Amino acid sequence: MKTLLDVIGALFLVAGTSFLFLGGLGLIRMPDLFNRIQSGTKATTLGTILTLIGATFLRPEWGIKLSLIGLFLLFTNPLSSQVLARAAHRIGVEKSAKTKVDLLVEPPGDPR
Amino acid sequence: MRKFGNQTALFVTLFLFWVLINGSLSLGTLLVGVVVSSAIAAMLPGGWDPLREFHATPAGFSAAYHFLIYFIKELIRSNIRMAGVVLSPRLPINPGIVKVHTKLKSKMGRLLLANSITLTPGTLTVMLEEEWLYVHWVTVESTDIEAATAHIVAGFEKYLEVMYG
Amino acid sequence: MVDLLIYLAASLAGMAFILAMIRFVIGPGVSDRIVAFDVVTIVAITVIIITALEEDRVVYLDVALVYALLSFLGVIVVARYLERGF
Repeated sequence: MKTLLDVIGALFLVAGTSFLFLGGLGLIRMPDLFNRIQSGTKATTLGTILTLIGATFLRPEWGIKLSLIGLFLLFTNPLSSQVLARAAHRIGVEKSAKTKVDLLVEPPGDPR
Repeated sequence: MRKFGNQTALFVTLFLFWVLINGSLSLGTLLVGVVVSSAIAAMLPGGWDPLREFHATPAGFSAAYHFLIYFIKELIRSNIRMAGVVLSPRLPINPGIVKVHTKLKSKMGRLLLANSITLTPGTLTVMLEEEWLYVHWVTVESTDIEAATAHIVAGFEKYLEVMYG
Repeated sequence: MVDLLIYLAASLAGMAFILAMIRFVIGPGVSDRIVAFDVVTIVAITVIIITALEEDRVVYLDVALVYALLSFLGVIVVARYLERGF
């Protein structure tokens, strides 16, 4: 029984780190900053959460602390990428040539 | 009286987190927890938005539960889709920033909406301005405000409306 | 079996780390480097958790939690700095 839980946990670890790897790959392949943020935040958040679930299978007694880390990341990860995307858009970071539309028009004048 | 209830809810939440992080129930831990949590609760007379604005009714809790299930499903779906995009040799992206509208009024409801959008299929909230959200979309399917709103916002809004209004 | 899988997970995380570091080095802009830094941090948190499992030390989880907190603040601060102009 213990071994089975260990194997499930280890598989979760591998799945989670695979998503981290895909996030890293997206970071390299995507053509502009906004798409890089997209691939960065999404893949890494799920990746970390899967890793935390895997660690919970391997050491059930750590469950509470691991879920606190997960909860924290679930709130902070999207926030930091939103703040960064906002700042990048405001200072006019170049968008990829593939970009179709941009309905966000910056107000004239100096940034706050 | 209502204000007092908000502070009590904040105190209980803080104390619970303190105990969970420490993972022990020794007298010293509990004592420090009580002192620090009550000090923080006393400094914030209005309580804390996520607790104060939450509609603590059976419908609210049920919506929160369904929201969580829906969110997890969307999170997994979004990741598999992004994995497909990143791994495909042609890199089939069609990015753009679209504008969508939300019916939510409360600060916390809007925050949760923006966060959920960021974590799901190829969308990233760039800016939140009153009831308008500007969303970067990796594969733009519609630039029309109504259609984009139905596509991006509607799924989450349904639950958040009941939870936070 | 389990150990092998954990090593596989650790090496995948290592590759993610290397990819993020490449993006960190080639840039081209400051904001690209911050995104790369963010990803490096998240990968580091995962690696800390795997290390905690291997060494069987629960203290490392506190390290991961504090690290997550600091990196979040770091990204927010740098983003605000960018926004206000140089």
